[in-house]
Formats: sequence, C-alpha cells, structure tokens
Amino acid sequence: MLTTVLQFAFFMFSVALLLNLLRFFRGPDLLDRILALDTIYINSLALLILLGMWHHTSFYFEAALLIAMLGFIGTVAAAKFLLRGDIIE
Amino acid sequence: MYLALMVALPFLGAIAPLLVRHHSRRTISYAAGAVAVVSLLLLGYLTPSVLAGEVPQFLATWLPQLGLHVAFRLDGLSLLFAALILGIGLLIIIYAHFYLSQHDDAGRFYACLLLFMGSMLGIVTADNLILLWFFWELTSISSFLLIGFWFHQSNARRGARMALAITGAGGLALLAGILLIGNIAGSYQLDAVFAAADAIRAHSLYVPALLLVLIGAFTKSAQFPFQFWLPHAMAAPTPVSAYLHSATMVKAGIFLLARLFPVLGGTFEWFTIVTLVGLATMLFGAYFALLKNDLKGLLAFSTISHLGLITMLLGLGTHGALLAALFHILNHATFKAGLFMIAGIIDHETGSRDLRKLGGLRKAMPMTMWLAMITSAAMAGVPLLNGFLSKEMFFTEAYQQHLFGGLSWFIPVLVTLGAMLSVAYSIRFVYDVFFDKAHELPKQPHEPPIMMRVPVLILAALCITVGIAPMIMVSGFLTPALTSVAGADAEVYIALWHGFNLPLLMSVLALLGGIIIYLQRTELFNFNRQFDIRDAKDVFAGIVSRVTRFCDNLMQRIETGSLQRYMAALFILVLVFVIPELMNISALTGSRPQLDVDAISLSGAIILMAAAFGAVIFHRQRLTSLLMLSVVGLMVSLVFIQFSAPDLAMTQLVVEVVSILLMILALFFMPQRIPRSSTGGRVARDILIAGFVGGVVGSITFALLTRPFSSISDYFLANSVPGGGGTNVVNVILVDFRGFDTLGEITVLAIAAAGIHKLLNNLRPFMPSGDVDGRAWHQVKHPMMLQTISQLVLPLALMVSMYIFLRGHNLPGGGFIAGLVTAAAMILQYMANGVDWVKERFNYNYQSLAAIGVLIASLTGVGSWLFGANFLTSWFTYLDWPIVGKFEIATAILFDLGVYLTVIGATLMILANFGQMTTRHRPRQEGH
Repeated sequence: MLTTVLQFAFFMFSVALLLNLLRFFRGPDLLDRILALDTIYINSLALLILLGMWHHTSFYFEAALLIAMLGFIGTVAAAKFLLRGDIIE
Repeated sequence: MYLALMVALPFLGAIAPLLVRHHSRRTISYAAGAVAVVSLLLLGYLTPSVLAGEVPQFLATWLPQLGLHVAFRLDGLSLLFAALILGIGLLIIIYAHFYLSQHDDAGRFYACLLLFMGSMLGIVTADNLILLWFFWELTSISSFLLIGFWFHQSNARRGARMALAITGAGGLALLAGILLIGNIAGSYQLDAVFAAADAIRAHSLYVPALLLVLIGAFTKSAQFPFQFWLPHAMAAPTPVSAYLHSATMVKAGIFLLARLFPVLGGTFEWFTIVTLVGLATMLFGAYFALLKNDLKGLLAFSTISHLGLITMLLGLGTHGALLAALFHILNHATFKAGLFMIAGIIDHETGSRDLRKLGGLRKAMPMTMWLAMITSAAMAGVPLLNGFLSKEMFFTEAYQQHLFGGLSWFIPVLVTLGAMLSVAYSIRFVYDVFFDKAHELPKQPHEPPIMMRVPVLILAALCITVGIAPMIMVSGFLTPALTSVAGADAEVYIALWHGFNLPLLMSVLALLGGIIIYLQRTELFNFNRQFDIRDAKDVFAGIVSRVTRFCDNLMQRIETGSLQRYMAALFILVLVFVIPELMNISALTGSRPQLDVDAISLSGAIILMAAAFGAVIFHRQRLTSLLMLSVVGLMVSLVFIQFSAPDLAMTQLVVEVVSILLMILALFFMPQRIPRSSTGGRVARDILIAGFVGGVVGSITFALLTRPFSSISDYFLANSVPGGGGTNVVNVILVDFRGFDTLGEITVLAIAAAGIHKLLNNLRPFMPSGDVDGRAWHQVKHPMMLQTISQLVLPLALMVSMYIFLRGHNLPGGGFIAGLVTAAAMILQYMANGVDWVKERFNYNYQSLAAIGVLIASLTGVGSWLFGANFLTSWFTYLDWPIVGKFEIATAILFDLGVYLTVIGATLMILANFGQMTTRHRPRQEGH
C-alpha cells in the first residue's frame, strides 16, 4: 500500500515541479518567478523526504533541512532586492 | 669560517650606519669604518696562509640537489681583489665623511656602500658559480642605489636606471653562460669546473657559453659596445665613482675574465673576441677621454680605456700578459681611485668640474696639485711610477704577439696610439686645472680638510713605492694571484729597467706623441665637432620607449579586458586539444550496464536543462537569470543526492545560496538592463563554441561514466577508519589525508576576503534610486514580519550548524558546510534587521575571526611536531562519555574548527562589508 502511495506521490511532485517550471518561465513578473523558485525549493524538499522514505534511510533529512533553511534565505534576498534594491543596509 | 664571516660582515654591518643615523655624522662614519676595518683585519688574518700557497675554503651545503652551495675560497686572485675592495673601501669611507654635505643622508649612503662592498667580496671569494652570479646581481642592485643616491636629480635617476638595465641584462646572459658551463662540467663548484676545463673547451656548446659569459663581463666592465652606461653613472657622488668605477664594480667583469681564464681562455675564439674588444675599447675610451670637458667624464672614459687595456691583456693570455693584467688591475685601482678623489676635492672646493672653467689652481691648492701630478703621471705611464711598469709590460706583450700573421704589427701601433692619447688626457687633467689661466669660480678655491687629502696621499705614495720597488711591494701578492689564473707555480718578475728595446721606444713615443697631441688638441676638438654625437642617454631612452611602446601595443591586442574574448580563446584551445583525443575512442558508450531512467529523474533532468537554457535566454534580465541559476544549482545537488553523495549535495546547496546572495548584493550597483550589444556574427561564434564545448564535455563525462575504471578512492575507503578515525571519507580526506591542501585553501580564502575587504574600502559606487521599471524603492527598510521570523531562524541555524560540524567526521557534514550555514544565517540577520542592528548585538570584526581560524588550523598542524610526528598528522582515540556513550576524539576536529571559523570570517567579511559599504554612503533621510 505504502509503495503505491509513495509512487503516486513521486509522480505528483514531479508534475508539480514541471508546472513550477512553467510558471517560472512564463512569469510574467519577477514576483511570479521568485514565488515559482520558492515553490521549486519546497517541492524538491518534499521529493527528498519521499526518497528517504522510499529507501528507508534518514540520510536525506539533513539535506532537506538545509534546503528548507537556505531556500528561505535565497527567497528573502530576492524579495528584499525587489523591495529596496540593496539587500544589506 | 673566518672567510665566510669576512664576506658576511659588510652585509650585517650595513645595518650599523642606519641604526646610528640620528647620531652625529662622525658616529655614522665610525660605524661604517669599523665594519670595513674588521673585515680587513679578517682578511689580514687569512693572508699569510694564502701567500704560503694554501687556498682557505668554506663550504655549507644549501640546495645540494641543485648544485647550490654557500662556498667561498680565498686563492691568490681573490686575495688581490679582496685587498683592493676592502683597502680602497676603507679610504673611500674616510673620504666620504668629508665629502658628503650636511643634507645628505649619510646613514643610507654608508649602508648602500657596505652592501656593495659585501657583494663585491662575495663575487671575488665565491667558490660556486651560481653564488658568484648571485653576488654579481647584488652588485648591480647596490650600485643602482649608489649611483642614484641623489635621487632628486633626474640625471642621477636616469644614469642609475641605465646602469641597472645594462648590467642587469648582462647578468642574465652571464647566468645562462654559467648554467651551460655547469651543465658541461657537472658541477658549479670552481674546483670541479677547473678540472673539467678541457672538456668544456672541446664541447660543442663552448662558443655559446663563452659568448654569454663575455656579454656579462663586457657589460659590467663597460667594454665596447656596452661602454655607454659608465659616463652616465658619473651622476653618482664622487666617492661612489671613485669606488665603483676605479677599483671595484667595473673590475668585476675583469675579475670574471681572469677567474674563468683557466676554463674558457686560450682558444682562438677567446683570443680574437677578447683582444679585439679590449683594443677597440682602449682606443675609443682614450679618444673620448681627451674630448671630455667634465673632469669626471674624462676619468670615466679613461677608466673605460684602461679596462680595455686589461681586457686585451687577458685576451692575449700569455704568461707575461696575465701578469701584466693583474699588475695593472692593482695599479689602475690605486691611481684612478686617487684621481677620482682629486676630482671630488676640486668639485667640492671650487664648485665646478668643467675643465673650461677651471684653471690656475696651483696657488690655491698646491698640495692637491702635487697629488694630482703624481697620480696622473702614473696614469700616463711616466717612469718610476707604477703605471709605467705595467704599461711597459703591456707594450712588450703587444709587440711579441704574432696572432694575426702578417698584420700583427697593427697591434703595437694601435696600442702606442692609445698610449699617446692616454698621455694627452693625463696632461690635460693636470694642466687645465692647476695651470692655465684662472677663471671666475662659484667658490673661492682653497685646500680641502687634511683628512680628505690623506686617502689620496696614501694612494699616491703607493704609486711611487710600487713604481720604484715593485718586487718588494707587490710580488708577494701577485705570485699567488698569477698562480690561480695561469696555473701551477707561476713566476713573477717585474724589472725596472729592461735596457734599450722596442717597448721602451714605444713608451718614449707615447710620451712625446701625447705631448704633441695635447698641444694640438684644439684641432682635434674642431675635427670632432663635425660629428653630431648623440647623447647615449637619449639613445638609450629612445630604445627603451620604443620597446615599451611595442610591448604596449602587443598587450593591448592580446589583453583586451574582454572576458568573452578570453573565454573564447581558452575554450578554443580546449577544443583543439581534446577533440583529437576523443576521436581516438572507438565508441562513446562503454561496457558498463546503464541504470534505468525513472519519472523523477526525467523531470529533474528536464528542469535542469530548461533552467540552464533559461539562464542564457534571460541573461539580459539579471535577476531572472540569477534565479534560473539557483534552480540549476538546486537540481545539481538533487542529482548528487540521488547518486549517493550527500556531502557534495550539502556543500553545493550552501555554496549555491551564498554565491547567489553575493551576486544579488552586487546587482544593486549594476545597470538593471543590459543593452543588446553583440553583433550577429559574435552571437553565432559564441553559440558555436559553447555548443561544441558543452558537447565535448558531455561526451567525456558519458564515456567515462559508462566505462569501468579504478581510482584512488578505494584506498581512501579502505584507510579512512583505520588511518583517520572517521567513517565520512569525504571529511577525512579534507581534514586528514589532504589536510595540507585544505590548510592552503582556507589561507587563500582568508587572503581573498581580506583583499576584497580592502578593495571595497572607500569605494563609492553608483546607487540607483529606483528599480528596473523606475519605481522608487519601498519606504520600509526592515519589514517586521521578516525581522521576527529571521530572529527565530538564527538559533535554529546555529544548532543545525553545530550538529553538522560535530558529526562531520563520521557522517555527512564538516567544518566547511557548518561554517557556510552559520554565515548564511548571519547574513539573514543583516538582511532582515540591518547592519546597525547586528552591530549592536554582535560587534566582532570578521578579519580576526578568519585569522584566528587559519591560526587554529596551522597550530593543529604544528602541534603534531610536539609528538615527533609530521606536520598535520592527526591523532584520535575513542572515549566512553557518560550518557553520550562511545565518542571519538580526533585532533582533526580542531583542524575542522579552524576551517569553520575561517569560512565564517571570510564569508561575512565579504558579504557584510559589501552591505556596509552602501549603508555608509546611502542618504539617511529616505526611508525610516
């Protein structure tokens, strides 16, 4: 049962990533693109967690943690750039 | 030991005059003089054994694999020169004390002079050819400093530069020659080179080696056609000219010829080149010496002429010629040093060196006149003075040679002509200055202080005593010197009187002819006026500027500053080398079975490729392009995870984010939109090159991945736990197996950060007031929601980084990743709360953080020395800790701590300073 669910989840997240990519390219605003990037981070993170469950290992969790944290920082930086131009002031 | 001390002393002692430079002039001179006296005493201590036929030697191995030793010897030739260098050097120090004015920096002067003295001593006592060359270059540099001592004068600077360029270029030629000789002989030690003399002369590379060495010697000794630098070096203070250009520096070339005579001499090539160059130099120098109106100019050209004479004797190479050469080296040094000092006295006391202005000084300076008459008579070769004896021997040798067959008689005739000119300019030196009619002079002439005359007096006395009793005075010195040049047990015999013979007739002819030429000199001056003699300095400057212009043009064509062009050149080169190799492979796909492709990998690959294309397509919208790059980075790290490289994936993730942050920071100062500037042709070219390179790299990767291959990773896998005590092989490699490499890398990182920090300092970049579409920036600097969340993230991030750091040795992680995580969290605080906010709470300077990191890592490495192990050897053990259980302790973790701190320090130094730069300059009134 779990196998089927995992496979289904894999498939859905892959599709989600491709859709993110579409939004990323189509834009039309920089804001859309930043949001698309943030969603790509989140969906990749989800894929990593799924991969860990699939292989029955916790090795991937640190990487997922890092993506969660650093992806956030990257998004903040891009958003701050739109807001003020200068991200550290 | 004493020998090495003697050479080292002037170098060490050069500090002495500088240390006392704020004391009185007398103290400074005493300090310098004391150094010379002690060296002279050491030489005196060693002299008896040299005179007895021994050769004291000193050997300390330095880089034996390269044939480099610190080796000194004191044979007869070295003794002769060392005595000249130290003896005349001491006199010069006394003389300079009175010569230098109150405004001159005497400490610097004596320091340079002692450095020069030490370099010259090094040349003449070096027992290793490379060491000899080393000191040879040192004389070029120290003489540059001395000639340019009055660096506020343009002609002193130019003269010094010219001397350095010419002698420096000669030094390079000499090095090449020495390398050839050493290669043939198999060693650079003089004894070995002497032993291989026959092999060297018979070798096919003998002629190139000879030519290179001769270029070195001729440039240093101002031989034709390199003579032009010497007159311009006369811009130096007179004591320098007296020292460098009579007794020492210009004699270095002569010394080299004498030193290598047993090895290179005696062949037809040697004879032809050296003799003819010497002859040409002698005539050239003598002719121009007569024409010069500047007192020191006259002496400079006469020096060139006399050096030519010595060179010619060395070229002839017979037993008598070598003796005459050595004897004349001694004689020339005595009378020419004296003459230079007299020129300095006249300049000092009258304020002029121009022969047309000087005259009738015999009443004002009678003592100086007598000294001038003695020394210039010695230069002219008047009987009963030392110059006469060596010149007579020179005539004998010139007359006795039969080396040009039926035309050999040319040589004695030309030699006599040269001697006539020499007599004429000697007369001019005395008559035009002390007799003739008196003129108005800038200063009222009077005798110099007595101590300024004493050095000249000593030299003049030597001229007379050597001239009257040569065998008593100098034969003891000359015998060992001649032995070391001419071979076993050479006889020295110098007679005052040879009877009525042809050389005597030549001497008489020279004296008479000289007087006649002097009387008729106005004719000669008029004749010479027809030639528009260009100043050698201008010619030299012209050549230099032409060469510089040529190089500039070449540089501008190659180094355009266009990154695209450099990349294109680089990648085309890569293609040229790699494509032929790839075409040699029979098939792209190897024998390894391929993995299945699943849906996730497929969509990952699609995203990766799409984002890569996107980065290129949107390259004119910088932020979009950067976002695309982020996606590429993310996908690459997912690939690393998929193929079991979690360490790489984590590193890739943190590096990715930090570099994107840096780029966004820099983006603020850049134009928001890039105009479409590339022409169609260039775009086509770039697409072509990029496509090819991508295809080739892809092919290589594919070919490599589909083939089984073994690498050193098996070794690391096997030795990681027993050798390094860690199960995370990547981390063990970084901090243990290749720890030295990592140490170098973090050092470079810290240096790069310091460099960026320095470059950003005081930079006032342009800051746009609105975004790409012209909208003004938002008023709120730090949104409160972001502030709150970011403050929550910090402790979490610190905990994560601690965790990653501590477990790094055994599981994915380590100091580098942990450092970047901490740095990224800190940057988040800067972004969300501002520079001032962070400064209030964490006021620590990142430079010291990076420095402490490098220090900890280095000390960990040094620490292993305490236990007798090699640098950076790691040590580990397992401890049973309460609660935690069995835990491994390794010194590698200390090293990793160094890496951690360096990474944080360097990253924040770059990013935070970048941010602070804008804070400092941005107007405060906008926003709040």
